[in-house]
Amino acid sequence: MEIYYLTIKEAIGGLKKKSFSALELTKACLQRIKLIDKKLFAFLTIDESRAIEKAKEADRLIRKSTEAFRTKPLLGIPIGLKDLFTTKDLRTTAGAKIIKDYIPPFDATVVRKLKEAGAIILGKTNEDAWGHGSSGENSDYGPTRNPYNLDRVPGGSSSGSGAALASGECLMATGTDTGSSVRLPAAFCNLVGLKPTYGRVSRYGIIAMASSFDTIGHITRTVYDNALALEVTAGNDPYDATSSSIPVLNYASFLEKKIKSLKIGFPKEYLVEGIDKSVEENFYDTIKIFEKLGAKLKKVSLPHTEYAMACYYILVPSEVSSNLARFDGIRYGGERNLFGAEAKRRIMLGTYTLSAGYYDAYYLKAAKVRRLIKQDFERAFAEVDVMIAPSSPSIPFKIGEKIDNPLQMYLSDVFMCPVNVAGVPALNIPSGFIEGLPVGIQIIGPHFKEELLYQVGSAFEQETKFYQIKPEI
Amino acid sequence: MKKKIILTEDEIKHIARLANLPLTQEEINKFQEQLSEVVDYINKLNKINTDKVEPIAQLTDLVKVYKKDIQSSERSLTQEEASKNAKAKKNGFIKTKSIFNL
Repeated sequence: MEIYYLTIKEAIGGLKKKSFSALELTKACLQRIKLIDKKLFAFLTIDESRAIEKAKEADRLIRKSTEAFRTKPLLGIPIGLKDLFTTKDLRTTAGAKIIKDYIPPFDATVVRKLKEAGAIILGKTNEDAWGHGSSGENSDYGPTRNPYNLDRVPGGSSSGSGAALASGECLMATGTDTGSSVRLPAAFCNLVGLKPTYGRVSRYGIIAMASSFDTIGHITRTVYDNALALEVTAGNDPYDATSSSIPVLNYASFLEKKIKSLKIGFPKEYLVEGIDKSVEENFYDTIKIFEKLGAKLKKVSLPHTEYAMACYYILVPSEVSSNLARFDGIRYGGERNLFGAEAKRRIMLGTYTLSAGYYDAYYLKAAKVRRLIKQDFERAFAEVDVMIAPSSPSIPFKIGEKIDNPLQMYLSDVFMCPVNVAGVPALNIPSGFIEGLPVGIQIIGPHFKEELLYQVGSAFEQETKFYQIKPEI
Repeated sequence: MKKKIILTEDEIKHIARLANLPLTQEEINKFQEQLSEVVDYINKLNKINTDKVEPIAQLTDLVKVYKKDIQSSERSLTQEEASKNAKAKKNGFIKTKSIFNL
């Protein structure tokens, strides 16, 4: 197998044994980008010369001692960063034209941590502008394509991160998840994607979408790689007052634990109208695999599910309209008419729901419903350890299929947004293929129980190994 | 199904002004239709009785987060760094449009 398709675990093994160097690994990814990214458009900016310089630096450290991996667990691993991640001296656009020439003077906390852990930053990945979208088509620079079928969307908003990783352009990519944006591209690209608990990972320096929903996650090929990366990114940050002080665990150590007798719930409200028959069948097959592994499956109820999307599409645009008010063309970026259609729509909607006379009817009402939805999850987790649900009600859809109907596009996240409303963590893992296209399920856990998601995800991955199926591109 | 038009053209223009968003007539027409559809959808929350429910603003039970009142050189930018992305500058300062005498 080509080295750009290695898992992080395998790549670190190879680097330690000197089977290849960090420079060779980095060059293999850069070469891959040159070869195929014209078809995919996963990257907006490539930082080739700095990546090569950092890779040489990593090789010097590895030559000195393989103990270097103790303090730098991602040493020599080439990664892509979603373009919402602020990177010092490297163009950061949020997928939006209004800040097409913005060169930040500082690093996001997560970027600093990834650099300190030795990761090699190849560049910035394409995305729905500002994180607004489920398909990647809302990028002001053009859509990213799904490596498994170029006519299909890769899922969004972290569309470039999903496509880049699935096609071997990097070994890991970061994402943000406000309503689906890490999990959906992971599901549509046969990858493992984490939406951490709200506050588990610092938001400092991540261009804000909806500040009470935004979570900072990442996409990897395997559950182990994902756990390893969270050990790097998680933790309290004095620059983000909502980041949690709950200790960061050695997440990778939970992967070998059996899931026998673990109670896994599945919300009955998610298996009703609107879900593709083939996706439903895939989900029931998934349930059988978990039963075979000894877990106890149980139907649970999230009674306010029907209202979750309406709640989400009041609160999130409200916060969006406030966060995007800072783009005034004075300190950086251009004039406000340069916002794309979706950003304008959300600014308008949020301004409406926050405006005089409508605040009580919309924003306050939704903030109350948010409590009811959070309580639904708490009650469910009193009965079961984790829940599973399909990640998307459909297989990856065609580019252009939903672009003219914003409401239909919003509803493609119907199984995911409730998780962000409640602030709980969820992990997408691959659950197979339908018509040659990847589909995924999400494992949802109580607040700050990421280790449980990894334990359950790893057991399923060991049994199924869907991650080994690569796209033909 | 006939689409309900909930927001009037004047309302769309008013919201755009509040949001400081210059819109073309084409955008006004499109947003009137699309936002009406979304507002119609979010109105379904009216079906739930929330009289006895307190609104929630944060999810992870944080209380009173303080930070030390100290100057951090780690996070300070020089004048040059802070202004380097501005399009209009004079003598190291960022130029803005006049906000008085509009």
